[in-house]
Amino acid sequence: MKKGRGLLWSEARDGYLFILPWILGFIIFTAGPMLASLYISFTRWEIVTPSVWVGGAQYVKLFNDDRFWLSLYNTSYYVFIGVPLHLFFALLAALAVNMNLRGIHFFRTAYYVPSLTPVVANSILWVWIFHPEWGLANAFLEWIGLEGLYWLQDPRLAKPALIVMSFWSIGGQMVILLAGLKGIPMELYEAASIDGANWWSRFWRITLPLLTPALFFNLIIAIIGAFQVFTQAYIMTEGGPSYSTLFYLLYLFRAAFENFRMGYASAMAWVLFVIVLTFTAIQFMLSDRWVFYEGDVRR
Amino acid sequence: MDSRTAKELILAGIWYVILSALALTLALPLVWLLSTSLKTGGQTFLMPPKWIPEPFVWTNYSDAFKAVAFHEYFWNTIRIVIFATIGAMLTASLAAFAFARLRFPFREPLFLLVLSTIMLPSIVTLIPTFIVFRTLGWIDTFLPLIVPLWFGGGAFNIFLFRQFFMTIPLELDEAARIDGANNLRIYWGVILPLSKPVLATIAVFAFIHNWNDFFEPLIYLQSPENWTMAIGLRGFQGLYHTEWNLMMAASTAMIAPLLVLFFFAQRYFVSGIQMSGLAGR
Repeated sequence: MKKGRGLLWSEARDGYLFILPWILGFIIFTAGPMLASLYISFTRWEIVTPSVWVGGAQYVKLFNDDRFWLSLYNTSYYVFIGVPLHLFFALLAALAVNMNLRGIHFFRTAYYVPSLTPVVANSILWVWIFHPEWGLANAFLEWIGLEGLYWLQDPRLAKPALIVMSFWSIGGQMVILLAGLKGIPMELYEAASIDGANWWSRFWRITLPLLTPALFFNLIIAIIGAFQVFTQAYIMTEGGPSYSTLFYLLYLFRAAFENFRMGYASAMAWVLFVIVLTFTAIQFMLSDRWVFYEGDVRR
Repeated sequence: MDSRTAKELILAGIWYVILSALALTLALPLVWLLSTSLKTGGQTFLMPPKWIPEPFVWTNYSDAFKAVAFHEYFWNTIRIVIFATIGAMLTASLAAFAFARLRFPFREPLFLLVLSTIMLPSIVTLIPTFIVFRTLGWIDTFLPLIVPLWFGGGAFNIFLFRQFFMTIPLELDEAARIDGANNLRIYWGVILPLSKPVLATIAVFAFIHNWNDFFEPLIYLQSPENWTMAIGLRGFQGLYHTEWNLMMAASTAMIAPLLVLFFFAQRYFVSGIQMSGLAGR
């Protein structure tokens, strides 16, 4: 950064004028509502009735609510099993298309396109794919000689089915990881080849360490996103069977917009916020240990 | 390196087999979607399934469009996209210009604050925001989906704009300043005209976002005449949930515009996605 010119008053004034819409937006749509939802979480409020201060009662109720714990378990299952697998497959796909082969562009496009499908259309399509009698998934199982499954009707299978469905849209993360792979300087590979390193050791010593910033960032974003999984469960299973896909956000949505328990729902929102925040913080602390930031000194 | 050994050719061959197998696996659901959308009702219930419909029932599409007012949902979505995107482009690029080009106290901490809101789960602000919009009488209007974007246009868009602006040589600003241009003039007359690629990227992503978004329209839009495509498709599912051929036709109608957009604006997709991956650096 150049430090030659001193701060000009007119420049500072313009700077603040230009970011003014964002500052107002931050106060009106982020900071204000955050504080307000914290306040609401200490009240009992059904919108039509006046709100009553109840202290921490909503949180006590929440922690004694089996359904709350179940929704947290379901969401954690989806996050901690689904996200790492999703990222793993995205990495495999990125490695597969990171070759200088004729027609590789076609494959990149083909892998990316499914991730473009809107989640509502996607969900409806996969209800049909998972249809126990006439669906594609069971047609495939029967074709290879296995018995069909009750994918979305069996409480043990509903969450894995939604995770399998998520693999269809690995393309978005694949493109990000591919950009990361492309950013690795070729000289490193050439030098390693001269030193006699094979593909495997090049992968472990060069590719993976240099890709960790991209992997790490994707992991955090995907985890935060997956904690808020909603539409699939809302459209495909309505939280069932036997509440096995009652995800956190679905439960919160029902509390807020079907039962109008705004205090309870706000308490849930804050618990989720703290969980996501804690998790992000842990990730960042761990990242110092295993993320290798290449030449990141442009300050 | 022209001399390719036999070993390299075999490896390339194996690689193509793996690539094709994966491509086929990922393509199957889409083929299944299209195939079902063109079948008669009876043909959807066949096991093992028939891949090529006989006959091709193109009227499934017109039937689906007659069943619910998809053309209205389409125009509603487009209207939201246009008004939300104009606001996002204007206010995000203004803020990004300040963060990239102007010096003012607390610039770095403020920009960090912008970045940190990208990670914020939106659910924590949802209920009070909903109540404010309800108090203003904005429920069942497009305003809750448009107005917030006129206030900063989304943290990620600010980030995208700033990244792009930083690649534009500072000398251009200095030259314009010597010619007597003020900051607003530099922003509007020098920087924005050079920023067409990032403007296109943001337009494309705004379209995708509004086309796909389900949660917010579900909360804010109640009467069917205000529905967006996503909510409309959900409504359609509620009415025709056993008529898989019609449901697949409607789903195809929702997916197709995105694919068309992708094939015309591919490079903006790729640049935008890659930028999002760099946000972690």
